[in-house]
Amino acid sequence: MGIEVTNLTKRFGDFVAVEDVSFRIEKGRLAALLGPSGGGKSTILRIIAGLEVAENGSVLLDGERVDHLHTRKRDMGFVFQHYALFRHMTVGQNIGFGLEVRGVASRDRRRKVGRMLELVGLPGLGNRYPHELSGGQRQRVALARALATEPRLLLLDEPFGAVDAKIRAELGRWLRTMHDEINVTSIFVTHDQEEAMSLSDQVLIISQGRLEQVGSPVEILDHPRTEFVARFVGDVNVFDGVVRQGRAEFGPLAFPIKHAQDGAAVRVVVRSYDFELYPDASGPATVQRVLPLGDRVKVDAIIDGLGPISAQFPRSNPFAEHVLPGTRVGVGVSHARSYTLQ
Amino acid sequence: MKQRRQGKRSFAASALALRGAVLVYVALLVLIPVIALLFVGLEGGLGNVWKALSSPIAAASVLLTLWTSAVAAVVVTVMGTLTAWVLVRYRFPGRRLLSALVDLPLSIPTLVVGMAILAMLGPNTLLGASLEPMGFKVAFAHPGILLALAIVALPFPVRAVEPVLMELDPAEEEAAATLGATRATTVLRVLLPPLLPAILSGVMQAFSRCIAEFGSVVVVSGNISHKTLTAPVYLFGEVEAGRPAVAAAVAVALLAVALASTGLSRFLEHVALRRRD
Repeated sequence: MGIEVTNLTKRFGDFVAVEDVSFRIEKGRLAALLGPSGGGKSTILRIIAGLEVAENGSVLLDGERVDHLHTRKRDMGFVFQHYALFRHMTVGQNIGFGLEVRGVASRDRRRKVGRMLELVGLPGLGNRYPHELSGGQRQRVALARALATEPRLLLLDEPFGAVDAKIRAELGRWLRTMHDEINVTSIFVTHDQEEAMSLSDQVLIISQGRLEQVGSPVEILDHPRTEFVARFVGDVNVFDGVVRQGRAEFGPLAFPIKHAQDGAAVRVVVRSYDFELYPDASGPATVQRVLPLGDRVKVDAIIDGLGPISAQFPRSNPFAEHVLPGTRVGVGVSHARSYTLQ
Repeated sequence: MKQRRQGKRSFAASALALRGAVLVYVALLVLIPVIALLFVGLEGGLGNVWKALSSPIAAASVLLTLWTSAVAAVVVTVMGTLTAWVLVRYRFPGRRLLSALVDLPLSIPTLVVGMAILAMLGPNTLLGASLEPMGFKVAFAHPGILLALAIVALPFPVRAVEPVLMELDPAEEEAAATLGATRATTVLRVLLPPLLPAILSGVMQAFSRCIAEFGSVVVVSGNISHKTLTAPVYLFGEVEAGRPAVAAAVAVALLAVALASTGLSRFLEHVALRRRD
């Protein structure tokens, strides 16, 4: 049960927006569609809601095919990036709109609107107009409107894309808390990996219309299945290398590699926190820049014969004090992933 | 420092002079003539205006102008709203041409519009001659007047509705659909309310334009008193006949209607733009 899509394909002219995407999200989960902008995430969400028509594929909600139904009959709440509140209606009328078109009596409607306003933390603002609210407040109203009819599925298209960073993080945490309270199966689209990783139970990585990987945030972080996912998730360094004697060699560095033939070309992906830098006057790298980032330090260095790298380590590391621009350092690799090039 | 402040003051003075000059210029061209008309028209008091209007020919012409203008204004506004919708929501080859065509009546002399209607539907044309036996007379009859008014008023509702429509986010309609609303409900509850002030403003602008129309109507209507003689044409006839007092009285009546209509239109425009973010 929950939501299941199979073999979704959608083209806009010659452009393939979604290509053969299939996945399933269990009931009550909060899932994130994560990927670069223009990769087809929003299109998938809009197909599920019936706002776009797929050329191919099916959408099943709780085991029932819904892709032949009109949007209004799918019973899915949708939250738009730019809120899409009805500007000539008050907050209360906005939230009550779905109930009104369903013929809910005005007294019951008022009660429900009041409850929704409390749920989203805006009690007493029912008589305001959308333009009198802040961006964050408007998005809460949009969410309350989408949830008021108790939809079977909640879809959020870049829900925090239009608010500034601080409100964004706050709204994200709040969305998670609220999701745990009402437990409606939810999918949200985001291009912000931190948001996807920190809020969702399940992450679906989408790139160029294709589903690259599905998994829990930890699975995605620790076991990126494709080079794209490895490169996309986290702050990474990418090198071209060659396999020699069971090791992927890149510049002066090397890393053990399994299942690869000698002489094969590989692409090596190293997360910035998987580099180990240590003071070594005869080391192969020169520090370029040191950026303190709260509890961590980010170091840009150039490895002779390989090029620039970006590394991170805790500021509590005693080495942090000795890394200064211009110093020579040694470089180790504690963990790397390699992908054979075709 | 002192020099700079002086520079600022002289700048302020020139800005003040400019504002004053513009004010005088507009007042001279618009306000003063209107006041002069009121003086002449109201010379014999409101009773005189009433007397002039209650002559059978004058009354018939004013009534004709009011009803044909009202009908034409409603028709061009309904069609104009749809035109604005097509221009804003669709991208298609010929869209720019359509937009240019909408503005064309603003730049064609209205007499030419009248001539064009006669060329198309006059009694000696193929179309006009074939319609007449069916009992449908266009030229020198009411349909001709309505057609002429519809053409000259066409741009106003389109350009009144278009900017407000551009501000509407299509996502609002999608939101209504996801909330369970039918297309009809969406149009009535989501789309029309924010457009309504602009639509009404379009009606008023078109109406004001219609009651003023002379050039095209004088050519197509035939100007038969009690039948196809409109108020502006009647007014012109009175001036020609050397009865400026009657003409001025009718003019005052037309002016009052036009001012009321324009005032209402401005007010509605203000309402339409107030709820923007």
